[in-house]
Amino acid sequence: MFYYLALAAALFAIGLFGVLTRRNVIGILMSLELMFNAANINFVAFNKYIATDALVGQMFAIFIVVVAAAEAVVGLAIVLLIYRNWRGIGMDNVNVMKW
Amino acid sequence: MTEHSYLIALLPLLSFLIVVFFLRWKEMLSAVFSIAMILVSWVISIIVLIETLARHGEPYEAYYKFIDLVGFVPEIGILIDPLAAVMLLVVTTVGASVEIYSVGYMHGDPRFSRFFAYLSLFLFSMLGLVLANNFFMIFIFWELVGLTSYLLIGFWFEKVSAADACQKAFITTRIGDLGFLVGLFLIAVYAGTFNYGGVFDSISAGAIPAGIVTLIAIFVFCGAVGKSAQFPLHVWLPDAMEGPTPVSALIHAATMVAAGVYLVARAMTVFVGSAEASLVVAVIGLITSFMAATIALVQNDIKRVLAYSTVSQLGYMMMALGLYGYDSAMGHHSPGFYAGTFHLMTHAFFKGLLFLAAGSIIHAIHTNNIQEMGGLFSKLKLTAPAFIIASLSIAGIFPLSGFWSKDEIVAAASHHPVFLVFTLLIAFMTAFYMFRLCFLTFFGEPRDKEKYEHAHESPKTMTYPLVFLAFLAIFAGWVGLPWLQSGFASFVYHGEPYHPHANWLLMIISTVMAVSGIGLAYLMYYKKSISADRVAEKFKPLYTLLYNKYYFDELYDAVLIRPVLAFGRLMWRFDGSVIDGLVNGTAWATVLWADMKQWFDKWIVDGAVNGSGWIVRQSGNIGRFLQTGRVQSYAFFALLLVVLVSLFKLEVGPQEREAGWPVLTILLAVGIIFLAILSRTIGRQPAGQETKQEEHV
Amino acid sequence: MEFPYLSSLIFVPIFGMVVVMLLPKENHKAIRWTATIISLIPMLVSFWLTWDYFVNFSGSAAMAYQEGPYSWIPSLNVQYFLGVDGISVPMLFLTGLLSTLSLLASFGITNRVKEYFAFFLLLEAGMMGVFVALDFFLFYVFWEIMLVPMYFLIGVWGGPRKEYAAIKFFLYTLFGSMFMLVSILILYFTSEPHTLNMMTLIETCPTLSHSLQMVCFIFFFIAFAIKVPVWPFHTWLPDAHVEAPTAVSVILAGVLLKMGTYAMLRVSWPMFPDALRTLSFWIAILGVIAIIYGALVSMAQKDLKKLVAYSSVSHMGYCMLALAAFSSVTAIAGCMFQMVSHGLITGALFLLVGVLYDRAHTREIAAFGGIGAKLPVYSGIMIFFSMAALGLPGMSGFVSEFMIFVGAFGALNKVLVGISVLGVVLGAAYMLRMVQRIFLGEFDKAKWGGLTEINFREIVTVAPLMVLTVAIGVYPAPLSNLMRATLENLVTLMAR
Repeated sequence: MFYYLALAAALFAIGLFGVLTRRNVIGILMSLELMFNAANINFVAFNKYIATDALVGQMFAIFIVVVAAAEAVVGLAIVLLIYRNWRGIGMDNVNVMKW
Repeated sequence: MTEHSYLIALLPLLSFLIVVFFLRWKEMLSAVFSIAMILVSWVISIIVLIETLARHGEPYEAYYKFIDLVGFVPEIGILIDPLAAVMLLVVTTVGASVEIYSVGYMHGDPRFSRFFAYLSLFLFSMLGLVLANNFFMIFIFWELVGLTSYLLIGFWFEKVSAADACQKAFITTRIGDLGFLVGLFLIAVYAGTFNYGGVFDSISAGAIPAGIVTLIAIFVFCGAVGKSAQFPLHVWLPDAMEGPTPVSALIHAATMVAAGVYLVARAMTVFVGSAEASLVVAVIGLITSFMAATIALVQNDIKRVLAYSTVSQLGYMMMALGLYGYDSAMGHHSPGFYAGTFHLMTHAFFKGLLFLAAGSIIHAIHTNNIQEMGGLFSKLKLTAPAFIIASLSIAGIFPLSGFWSKDEIVAAASHHPVFLVFTLLIAFMTAFYMFRLCFLTFFGEPRDKEKYEHAHESPKTMTYPLVFLAFLAIFAGWVGLPWLQSGFASFVYHGEPYHPHANWLLMIISTVMAVSGIGLAYLMYYKKSISADRVAEKFKPLYTLLYNKYYFDELYDAVLIRPVLAFGRLMWRFDGSVIDGLVNGTAWATVLWADMKQWFDKWIVDGAVNGSGWIVRQSGNIGRFLQTGRVQSYAFFALLLVVLVSLFKLEVGPQEREAGWPVLTILLAVGIIFLAILSRTIGRQPAGQETKQEEHV
Repeated sequence: MEFPYLSSLIFVPIFGMVVVMLLPKENHKAIRWTATIISLIPMLVSFWLTWDYFVNFSGSAAMAYQEGPYSWIPSLNVQYFLGVDGISVPMLFLTGLLSTLSLLASFGITNRVKEYFAFFLLLEAGMMGVFVALDFFLFYVFWEIMLVPMYFLIGVWGGPRKEYAAIKFFLYTLFGSMFMLVSILILYFTSEPHTLNMMTLIETCPTLSHSLQMVCFIFFFIAFAIKVPVWPFHTWLPDAHVEAPTAVSVILAGVLLKMGTYAMLRVSWPMFPDALRTLSFWIAILGVIAIIYGALVSMAQKDLKKLVAYSSVSHMGYCMLALAAFSSVTAIAGCMFQMVSHGLITGALFLLVGVLYDRAHTREIAAFGGIGAKLPVYSGIMIFFSMAALGLPGMSGFVSEFMIFVGAFGALNKVLVGISVLGVVLGAAYMLRMVQRIFLGEFDKAKWGGLTEINFREIVTVAPLMVLTVAIGVYPAPLSNLMRATLENLVTLMAR
């Protein structure tokens, strides 16, 4: 189980690092997917070693995959809009929420 | 008729009202109406006098309450006693003569009707004064007389001198009235009534302290001093000659100025109650008489000489009354009261005559200055004899009326050597200045040829009254012949009837004085054996002093009028600067205070409010640097926070701690953060520049 | 229920004000006549009241025509309470008469006519209210209501320095009102149960401690003294008079000044007899100073209207002297007479000054001279009132002055009163100087040849005042009988 969790942690860390540092919106979205998948691995691993009877973890992993797909759709739509508005998808430009 | 004697006063009032409201535009009609009214009054006065004689002088009194308040019940009423009855007749006689005379004298004046209205109003007031039965009422009419005198002196108000004179007359007499008023208050407080009888009773009964009686007497005398132009308030009377001459005759010679003497005679009981006050009256009378006589010696205006003569004669009467009061207070008999009132009557006639004749002369020659006259006897066949008769009468020549009354005054002074000497001296001076007038006016060479040529005798309306009054100037005194058993003295008296006896010695002495006065005037102004100019040159300082009337006007101007006016101005300035300054200063201080408050509001109170806002704003300004608008940095802070929270708050069981999980997790998180910061700082620069450029755009 | 006469005195002018405000602004004629005719109603009511009071009520000191007390603000025990007695009836008479005459004299106003007449009617309502109110709250309300129209009447329709004069008047009076309010509150909170009813307070106030009486008395005195005005609170008066339009000066002199003395007689004198006894000498001194000082300052005036204004200070000084002699019915009656007669005479003098000013456009005394030759009727009337003002017998001024002096002479320090008699001579001096310099002397035909004689409307405005001046002067008995019972009662109240 340690290895599963270590893999998940590594994946999560990489995703997080990506989210925080990527300039490209697409890159951020991809990093987010990494973090989702790290969570999925955790769910599946816990389900296998801790709560073996129920398939709650598996269910949740599948659920996350679906949500991630939806999220990717919405995210890409937003990316499209960003592109239209700023003629680019660099995250640095998107600072309209600044005071 | 006595019970209707109020009509004597009311008829002239009626004529005043009718002339003012209805007859103003009908000149002759208003004159005729006024004269008719005064003639009716005159007839009633004669009847009243006869009835009073028939009652043997028993007083008749009738009154009603004027106003009823606790402690103050003035009355309006009439009192007909011998003194009043005689006075009524004198006033109506002179009044009627003057009104008839005025028809001629005022002919052609644009305010002809108004003149008669004023004369009627004056007669109403004067007769009311005589009829009054109490001090309150006499004061009312006293003031009304002053008003009409004011109106008549200022009748030709376009003349500045007349306008000044009327004001001077009113205010000067009012100063005397001030004293009278205080006297009235004393009477009201101590006697509780104004009625003559009531006041006299309480004085006789000793209900009023002696000191107060003296005060009352002196204050009442103040009123008489003002009205009768006694020293030191005599200055108004000569100026009052600016009025039309009939006015001078009626008001400023025969009647109104006599009101002061009448008042003293009326209030004689009060003066008898106080020897000191009586002495004051006598001394003031003597000073006035002597002073005015000396001034009259050198004046050149015919009316002014007569005015000073009037002042002098009034002083004479005052002195007689004062001496009577003094002697009676000392328990002696004295002819003073009888002498004073008797002279009051005779003087009214001959002085009225003198003025009317002087008016006739002025009317003829159009000047007041005797130096421009001369030789008029032949031109004025009626006026000149009348004037000379009156002069003889006033000089006290046997057997004219002035002789009898003056003789009694001399008799009254006979027990007081100082008074006697001055009395005789005044008699001498009187004869002198009167005949100085006569000689300069009627005899000698005309000094102003042109005026002499145009001189003419006055119309009949003017000369007939002269004849009538000349008749009275000769014979009126005969009612007081010392040989008569029931003459004037046994009719008009105070206390006990006085029985005069002829004092031959005094008669001779006073006649000698009068004749020598006339003689001196004859030598100086007719024969010219003594040069008047030389005498004047020799006594230059004295002459100047007399010619300038002892500088009284200048003195009063410097001592009273200017200081009062200056004081008024000072007070005004005080009002403007100090009191109003205080008010405005308060306003200024309030405004200043308000300004200070405004400053405080602006900088301290508002400052605190705005300051707190400023602080919030500044802290917001600091905080806004956190709001980068970048989702990534928000996430970064979220992570940072999670790590911090987990560092402090994460409940970790012992197993996990042993297993090293926390350390690992934290190391992992810290590592990510470190790496993230590292990569951000490396990649930041171009993004920052980009933002700035955007801002510039 | 009887007809509410007293309320009608207050509310008819207010109603008139509303009517005037509803009229079209341009129709000056309608506005003038409406206002004047409406003011006839309170005038006639006040005349009728005077007559009816004289016939039916003058025998007793009780309040007549009482309305109320109706509860108005129950939580504070404020009542609507009206009533009149012998001292308010003459004042109502004067107010009614002078208001109508002043409105008649205001026909020359051409600027903002509607507002002027509306304010004037409001002013009348306020004045009437003060003289009939028997509740302190009501009294205070009316006292203050009057200030507002007065302020605007001076401030809008006045002379060159109107703003200064209006503000000075307003602040001065308000300053006094403040003291009055404090005093009223003291009385309210010391009475048990709390009340503002004057009749009740007159009964209870003398039981207050001496120091409290003194405080209330002095506070009331300051408030009323400013209105009178007593020296040294008088400096608003000349400014206000000089700047105010003629009719407003008439009201100011004729009625407003009387409110001060009326209020003293109504309120502070009977309520605080102890304090009165302590202070009467000082009040007398203030009165004497006012008499002499006012006369002297009058003498120094160059402006005719200012002269009349300062003569008011002098004449109201007589009232103060009389009030100081509170133990004498004669003096108090003299004070009432003086109030009435000063209202008549000074009112008329202001009207006449206005007449001359309308024609000559100057009030500089030195600018005139010999006018008597050109305007005999005007001069005659003016000299008549000057004589009345200097206290000539046969006119009301003499009666009042004489009564005041006789009363005060018995009740006060004789030397003090003796000094005050000097005012009689000074009064004659300044009035006659004025008459001489304006009417007598040489006539400057080139300068004043165009002056026209007083017209009919102007004669109508002064004729009633002339008649009353002579009537009271010749036969004062009716007026004194009207007040007698009330005054005797007042004197006993003050002697407690």
